[in-house]
Amino acid sequence: MELNSKSPSGPIETRWERHRFNLKLVNPSNKRKYTIIVVGSGLAGGSAAASLAELGYNVHCFCFQDSPRRAHSIAAQGGINAAKNYHNDGDSIYRLFYDTVKGGDFRARESNVYRLAGISLNIIDQCVAQGVPFAREYSGYLDNRSFGGAQVSRTFYARGQTGQQLLLGAYQALERQIGLGAVKMFPRTEMLDLIVVDGRARGIVTRDLITGKIESHFADAVVLGTGGYGNAYYLSTNAKGCNATAIWRAHKRGALFANPCFTQIHPTCIPVSGEYQSKLTLMSESLRNDGRVWVPAKKGDKRAPSQIPEGERDYFLERKYPSFGNLVPRDVASRNAKAACDEGRGVGETGLAVYLDFRDAIQRLGASVIKERYGNLFDMYNRITGEDPYSQPMRIYPAMHYTMGGLWVDYNLMSNVPGLYVIGEANFTDHGANRLGASALMQGLADGYFVLPNTIGDYLASNKFEKVDASHAAAREAEANVNQITQRLLGAKGKRSVDSYHRELGKIMWEHCGMARNAEGLKQALALIPPLREQYWSDVRVLGTGEDLNQSLEKAGRVADFFELAELICRDALDRNESCGGHFREEYQTPEGEAARDDEHYAYAAAWEFQGVGQPPLLHKEPLTFEYVHPSQRSYK
Amino acid sequence: MRITLHIWRQRNANDAGKMVRYELPNVNHEMSFLEMLDVLNEDLIAKNEEPVAFDHDCREGICGMCGCMVNGMAHGPLPGTTLCQLHMRHFKDGDELYLEPWRAKAFPVVKDLVVDRTAFDRIIAAGGYISVATGSAPDGNAVMVPKEDAERSMDAAACIGCGACVAMCPNAAAALFTGAKIAHLGLLPQGQPERQQRAIAMVAQAKQELFGSCTNMGLCEAVCPKEIKLEVIARMNGDFIRASLSGR
Ligand SMILES: Cc1cc2nc3c(=O)[nH]c(=O)nc-3n(C[C@H](O)[C@H](O)[C@H](O)COP(=O)(O)OP(=O)(O)OC[C@H]3O[C@@H](n4cnc5c(N)ncnc54)[C@H](O)[C@@H]3O)c2cc1C
Ligand code: FES
Repeated sequence: MELNSKSPSGPIETRWERHRFNLKLVNPSNKRKYTIIVVGSGLAGGSAAASLAELGYNVHCFCFQDSPRRAHSIAAQGGINAAKNYHNDGDSIYRLFYDTVKGGDFRARESNVYRLAGISLNIIDQCVAQGVPFAREYSGYLDNRSFGGAQVSRTFYARGQTGQQLLLGAYQALERQIGLGAVKMFPRTEMLDLIVVDGRARGIVTRDLITGKIESHFADAVVLGTGGYGNAYYLSTNAKGCNATAIWRAHKRGALFANPCFTQIHPTCIPVSGEYQSKLTLMSESLRNDGRVWVPAKKGDKRAPSQIPEGERDYFLERKYPSFGNLVPRDVASRNAKAACDEGRGVGETGLAVYLDFRDAIQRLGASVIKERYGNLFDMYNRITGEDPYSQPMRIYPAMHYTMGGLWVDYNLMSNVPGLYVIGEANFTDHGANRLGASALMQGLADGYFVLPNTIGDYLASNKFEKVDASHAAAREAEANVNQITQRLLGAKGKRSVDSYHRELGKIMWEHCGMARNAEGLKQALALIPPLREQYWSDVRVLGTGEDLNQSLEKAGRVADFFELAELICRDALDRNESCGGHFREEYQTPEGEAARDDEHYAYAAAWEFQGVGQPPLLHKEPLTFEYVHPSQRSYK
Repeated sequence: MRITLHIWRQRNANDAGKMVRYELPNVNHEMSFLEMLDVLNEDLIAKNEEPVAFDHDCREGICGMCGCMVNGMAHGPLPGTTLCQLHMRHFKDGDELYLEPWRAKAFPVVKDLVVDRTAFDRIIAAGGYISVATGSAPDGNAVMVPKEDAERSMDAAACIGCGACVAMCPNAAAALFTGAKIAHLGLLPQGQPERQQRAIAMVAQAKQELFGSCTNMGLCEAVCPKEIKLEVIARMNGDFIRASLSGR
């Protein structure tokens, strides 16, 4: 299979403009004749559904929560990047582009990243106009702050609830279109299969989560904005419902899955407290602007933090990376925290934590300024741990957070299955091997508001669509497949709950394919996962029926997919014999312990083709070329 | 510690439903409330009994998915805290807790503790937005917003749409929810052009959804996990009256 990225050539500054000009347009009065399915109502899906409806398309939008407003994007705290250069501090589209390519450790497509950086400006404008209450300066102008991995102040924010406010903006635009009848919304409806007719995506099969009804929906194009797959690790910062089912089942219908092993661990999360732990809570990265990360200099120092004098503390990020200090990118911060704990210098009861200390910032700026900046985060920390971060340092530890990998898409955001588009965290494009803070919100909204609405018309205008309905063999086969999965899960009548299996899978993944990986561990994971998956199918216990709200059944299907995906993640990690970004292979590091990339052999996106459960997938490579930002060893020293 | 739970079990919308008692002998005080329910559900599954259905997603107090009545209080006893952020350290050994779903005509029970809150979405669809098509916005700094207005707007915009306000209100009014959106948008310059129609349309929709009328009891404010202030209801009423007087 040849992967055509459709990435334009020529001067990078005008690629998107020239590309858009070359795209076919759908006549305005014809738009309503096209139906587009959008699965997902997060920043990506919500903004896409609203914008497509504004253009005149007939849109059907799906989400599994009870309301589109609850998509996981709502939980993003820190902010959204835009190269506005409002602070006159040297920012530019080119710099955001450069930072993103470099931050992604040279594993993203330059054309896509440049387009993203340019669109970042429009996103802020759009969101302000929608009434997103961004933080303001006393002058009334927009405020910014700097965020992990950047030396300029380009992150726009709405207290610690930026994702919520951006999502509500998109949600309100979406509800407006629902009210106007241009979007038909299907909440509590889960996509469980993709309908492919004559090689093109023409619909989806869903389960109504309240009635259990399995149904087919048809359209001229299908858009997946279904988020990331971090929950394959069980414990993560993702919401409990986040899952890979939509993209995984599309993968099983032919869509290539790219760079699955590019997963991101977030350095600042509240540490695990016990076996019952159901998820991990992120403490926004913005805290690293004013908080200082440290551990005791001595091993096994059990004194309370206030009892440890300045000279016996090791501010390891400031020490090792003097120019970026506490603001080094996430992968670097996470690995260093792990290293400190591995050396026996971790803090707290489990020894799996480091301090994030605000003492100096409070002395310098006053508690009220810190409260204004991070008040809700401090409250959240206090609520969860029962400790007061104004008077004692937070304890933090890295956790699974974001997935850079996802379904492969071309420059138009279309997968290799014609008519299947993938946007937001669900696709693989813009962040390479590591995402910079505040860039996921930017990408989700860029895809949904500005890229997809421009590119999808080209496909619709260039193709003819015969009518398909539920009697079509492809739809019948997909429905039968979904029914069979449901019956198998309900029929196993085994001994163990879905969660117990999910937790076990998560432990394997965290242990062998987490912050640091090696060939031996990955091989071990690949030996452990398939038998556990087999056992799952025969031994899982899902009570109740398929005919009403059955949360165990919902989870059971998602975990079944995580099992298959987990195997692919490990295979990809084993295949990539280099370290880059979030993928740190212990065998490949510099003498100083930094990631050692191998551009000669691995400057490509690995796009995997499904060959059957338990069968080795087929690897396709999209070579990456860098005409503007020349690959160099990332250095944050 | 030992906790006794009495939980509302109802198979579906047509079932009558009843309270069922469960004993949890080993609750860790570091657990969250929902983790306690997870543990209960694991026990039930082990005993071949159907687990308790409850809504949740982010478990960070922001998605608005979780919530039930705990001893008559929406989201339980801790002010400014969603059920998912409530931790068991706030309870003591031997406590008996009664868990019931939100009760309101506009929020029919789906199953156990799960209710249907889509009425809220329809209130937003009626007018809870600023009509700006993608691409038509001026530069972000073209509209200045006094810091204080932005902050007050954000206070109202913090609403997570969980429905606790409705559940706690003896009239099952949606005034705090509706008022929060009207205040969020009405405090910003961008929200001015549609301010009056917005109030009329949203208030009318709330009524149509069978939410009750506000009689200023203030219980909504007391249980709101985001501590939205009653003042938003005053703003809603103000906008509504002004709009009605100007004949819109
Ligand atoms: C705690 C946290 C904090 C973060 N903070 C930041 C930040 O400060 N800045 C930043 O840039 N990024 C941040 N991120 C990352 C960012 O929030 C996400 O990457 C982004 O919001 C994903 O948006 P999305 O639209 O792609 O997916 P989501 O918001 O996850 O939406 C997925 C949608 O798909 C639907 N869905 C999924 N599967 C199905 C199915 N099978 N059938 C039907 N519907 C389905 C869901 O219902 C939902 O509507 C954060 C992430 C986390 C976890
Ligand atoms: S689960 Fe999201 S607010 Fe409680």
